[in-house]
Amino acid sequence: MGLQTRDMPTDWVNCLIRIRDLRDEAAFVELFRHFAPRVKAFLMRSGSDAALAEECTQEVMATVWHKAAQFDPARASVATWIYTIARNRKIDILRRTRRPEPEDIPWGPESEPDQADIVMLQQESERLGEAIASLPEKQRELIEKAYFGDLSHSEIAEQTGLPLGTIKSRIRLALERLRHAMDKK
Amino acid sequence: MTEPKHHLTDDLILGYSAGTLPEAVNLIVATHVSLCDTCRAAVEAHDAVGGALIEDCDSVEVSDACLVGALDLIRNGAWAAPEKRVQAADPVLPAPLRDYVGGSLADVKWRPVGMGVKQAILPTQGDATARLLYIPAGMAIPDHGHRGMELTLVLQGAFSDDDGLFARGDIEVAHEDLHHTPVADISEDCICLAVTDAPLRFKGLIPRLAQPFLRI
Repeated sequence: MGLQTRDMPTDWVNCLIRIRDLRDEAAFVELFRHFAPRVKAFLMRSGSDAALAEECTQEVMATVWHKAAQFDPARASVATWIYTIARNRKIDILRRTRRPEPEDIPWGPESEPDQADIVMLQQESERLGEAIASLPEKQRELIEKAYFGDLSHSEIAEQTGLPLGTIKSRIRLALERLRHAMDKK
Repeated sequence: MTEPKHHLTDDLILGYSAGTLPEAVNLIVATHVSLCDTCRAAVEAHDAVGGALIEDCDSVEVSDACLVGALDLIRNGAWAAPEKRVQAADPVLPAPLRDYVGGSLADVKWRPVGMGVKQAILPTQGDATARLLYIPAGMAIPDHGHRGMELTLVLQGAFSDDDGLFARGDIEVAHEDLHHTPVADISEDCICLAVTDAPLRFKGLIPRLAQPFLRI
């Protein structure tokens, strides 16, 4: 605890953990002020009008509160987790269809993630953010279109060179360790 | 768990993460990811890109009423707990498919389509169709090409075609140029999840006549 300074992504981890463990409304307001305008922007760029986007944003943020227990800081940054909730809401509302989820990996209660894993994942998320921010405008636009719009995505070349590899191997490592732990039972 | 050898394409992983695929395609992606750690990690990495974009995008001002409403929802909102998966584990069908057949393999409502082959069309919306296929061991599916994309995920047994051998967890992504005659492995009846976004094209006359009944 308290190992981060302000404005680091992990700050939001502490914020969400206060929501998860203490049901801290002040922390929720803080989270809302940062993420609600971003979620609203995402929904509007995906084709929603302002009124519907705001209504959905409200629901997305309330879902963050209610599902806080499912947040795992060793697997996702807060922004990533909120993105997945907003994305699923977008599919419900704008596309009116379901998004089947993969079978859960049974993270047992004893598999409380350790601090090193959390810090590593959060740092990698931050690096990814920096890499995206520093992409040439054209490439960045392509990626944004793929995520925010309904455009075909084969245009997105591998050349964007995002450091997806590290984050991918990190998540993979966590999965392998978990399977290993379960094998020993 | 042995890792599958044939994986999702980058386009499918990106589309699943971005939420731009038809429901039937989402279903086959979710089913493959349930069986494949490599693709699960890839999907989570792509979700991380979505998170980074949200963090970094231009924000749009939100009204005070929106915050008040959200606070009301967290204090008083009737919160429907996320749907718990109630279907018991099944050695053949991963959880996403159990949700669609409403139980286990025994609950699949198969319809015979001739020569021992059975199929069950799953209820999805949108431009793509998902079906479970049951192919007796050693059986060949008539030579066909595709107008669109055909995705085939093996759940039990195996099949082989020009692209190689496909066993449980493997997904074949066939595009318009692929003309193939998949043959089910001799050792066991083969069960697959197949998703198409356009009707198939069969070469011979008889399969073409059967096509309306297959609804493929």
